[in-house]
Amino acid sequence: MTALTASSPAPVLGTTDVAPALPGGHYSMAGVLRSEWTKLRSVRSTTWSLAATIVLTIGIGVLATLMPALRWHNLDPGFRLTFDPVRQSLTGLLFGQLALGVLGVLVVSAEYGTGTIRATLTAVPRRPVVLAGKVLVFGAVALVASELLMFATFFIGQAILANSPAPHATLGQPGVLRAVVGGGFYLTILAMLAMGLAAIIRHTAGAISAFVTILLIVPLILQALPSSVVNTVGRYVPANIGATVTSTSGVAGFEGHHSFSPWAGLAVLAVYAVVALAVGGWLMVRRDA
Amino acid sequence: MIEARGLTKRYGDTLAVDRLSFDVCPGQVTGFLGPNGSGKSTTMRMIMGLDRPDGGSVSVNGRRYHDLPWPLREVGALLEARSIHPGRTAFNHLLALAQTNAIPQGRVDEVLGIVGLGAVAHKRAGKFSLGMGQRLGIAAALLGDPGVLLFDEPVNGLDPEGIRWVRTLLQSLAAEGRTVLVSSHLMSEMALTAEHLVVIGRGRLIADTSVSGFIADSSQQYVRIRTPQADAFTGVLLAAGGVVVPDEDGGLSVTGLGACDIGELASANAVTLHELAPQLGSLEEAFMELTADSVEYHGESDIHHVEHAVTGAAGQGRTTSAQAAR
Repeated sequence: MTALTASSPAPVLGTTDVAPALPGGHYSMAGVLRSEWTKLRSVRSTTWSLAATIVLTIGIGVLATLMPALRWHNLDPGFRLTFDPVRQSLTGLLFGQLALGVLGVLVVSAEYGTGTIRATLTAVPRRPVVLAGKVLVFGAVALVASELLMFATFFIGQAILANSPAPHATLGQPGVLRAVVGGGFYLTILAMLAMGLAAIIRHTAGAISAFVTILLIVPLILQALPSSVVNTVGRYVPANIGATVTSTSGVAGFEGHHSFSPWAGLAVLAVYAVVALAVGGWLMVRRDA
Repeated sequence: MIEARGLTKRYGDTLAVDRLSFDVCPGQVTGFLGPNGSGKSTTMRMIMGLDRPDGGSVSVNGRRYHDLPWPLREVGALLEARSIHPGRTAFNHLLALAQTNAIPQGRVDEVLGIVGLGAVAHKRAGKFSLGMGQRLGIAAALLGDPGVLLFDEPVNGLDPEGIRWVRTLLQSLAAEGRTVLVSSHLMSEMALTAEHLVVIGRGRLIADTSVSGFIADSSQQYVRIRTPQADAFTGVLLAAGGVVVPDEDGGLSVTGLGACDIGELASANAVTLHELAPQLGSLEEAFMELTADSVEYHGESDIHHVEHAVTGAAGQGRTTSAQAAR
């Protein structure tokens, strides 16, 4: 501090012209997008969460394909019969979704946790514009990252399977491209849902808990319920939608004939995210910052 | 120009701000004064559009904050010491703010230089001391070169050098014709910095006046005299309509009569005076007198805190009556 004060002279404001003429127009979404991009790239949590997403998704994908590749002839015939090489290579999604969701939560909740939200809202008082800017910037980053990640884990997994007695898949086969691209959409939409939860809850730990509950706890609760309930409600559960989207065998982890089609499932998931973001935006406008 | 009209904010059953109306005009430092918890910060957050008023309205340059086309270019504010992500560098924090209002990147370097943080621009804000954090907040307020500036307790956490720097900064901002509103719970600080005062207690307006007017209006003025014929002269003074209080050291404190009247009375009655000294109340006394009923939390420690401030004001040589006030 001593060094600092020594180097701070009497104030020189850099201008002599008070309240210089304002430029015409109005602050715009373009500026908000640039600002959100600066904020996203200038904290370490972004790098760490994206790295965790990549390592978990690809790492688990490698393990999940190595297992049948090395032990194919010793495996249970039932497993071999229903083996879906595409879905197997995308198994890491289950873990990657948590890491990316945490980043989605942080993009919103860290502003509240650190008080940065007050600076942000004095710069951009129209709050829905702030939330929209975050959704667009982080949504674009999440989409690009998720798609690259899905293709990477798919190709690595198939390369492992191709050098083994187990069957493998290529992008040209029916449903394969849809499963890989759909997996990226699934990840991205979940990350948006995480942002919406964070806008509603405003606390990092609370929002992450809610996100994990929806992804992991709800399916567990469902298992304990009678099958009549599961058959009607089960297809609305995000984890089951994810299973359907990434499956090419027609026999999803979840009872095939009760599930949504892959694209319908993604649309349902998108409705969840939009509702969470809309409620979050509405609360943001209503509540004091 | 800031205009508050009937501004009201309620938290549950408590009225944090109660029908507050005042103007903050350009070209001078306006002190926003009140005890801790009197509603200063809440009022400033309502001005900045962060908290929604439960009643009344407040405008900046004739518009609601929400409707300003370029908020950072019109209003700059230091609200809390820390509204900064600890993992982000000072430069990136300011850059993200600048980008929203299309403020050129060069201005970021400029304000970092103005507040003396140029050397640590690319250090993470989490490593900053309280004073450096405060300087970063001030840099953010100056970023858009705004005509209206708000500072909530700006000298908190600053060393004496920093305090003097902030004081000079505020005064030069006002001298350039900007509107400057500075909150403080320390009267002594405002006495040195502000020309105009808006005083609140328990969310209500207590005074809206110039600093000199504030002292003249609200602090008790009296005359100290010392005479060997104290008993006889007391009778004369009482007969003339004065109120006389004997001091511990044998002097008399007289209110209700001016120094001239007392001098003439002494001369007419052949009374010898050893001392005839008009006493002006200090700003601190006036403040305490006005807010005595409106202090929200009467804690022992709070009282000591204010008394400490009184001593500070007395040190300016304005008065010696701080003792008498107790």
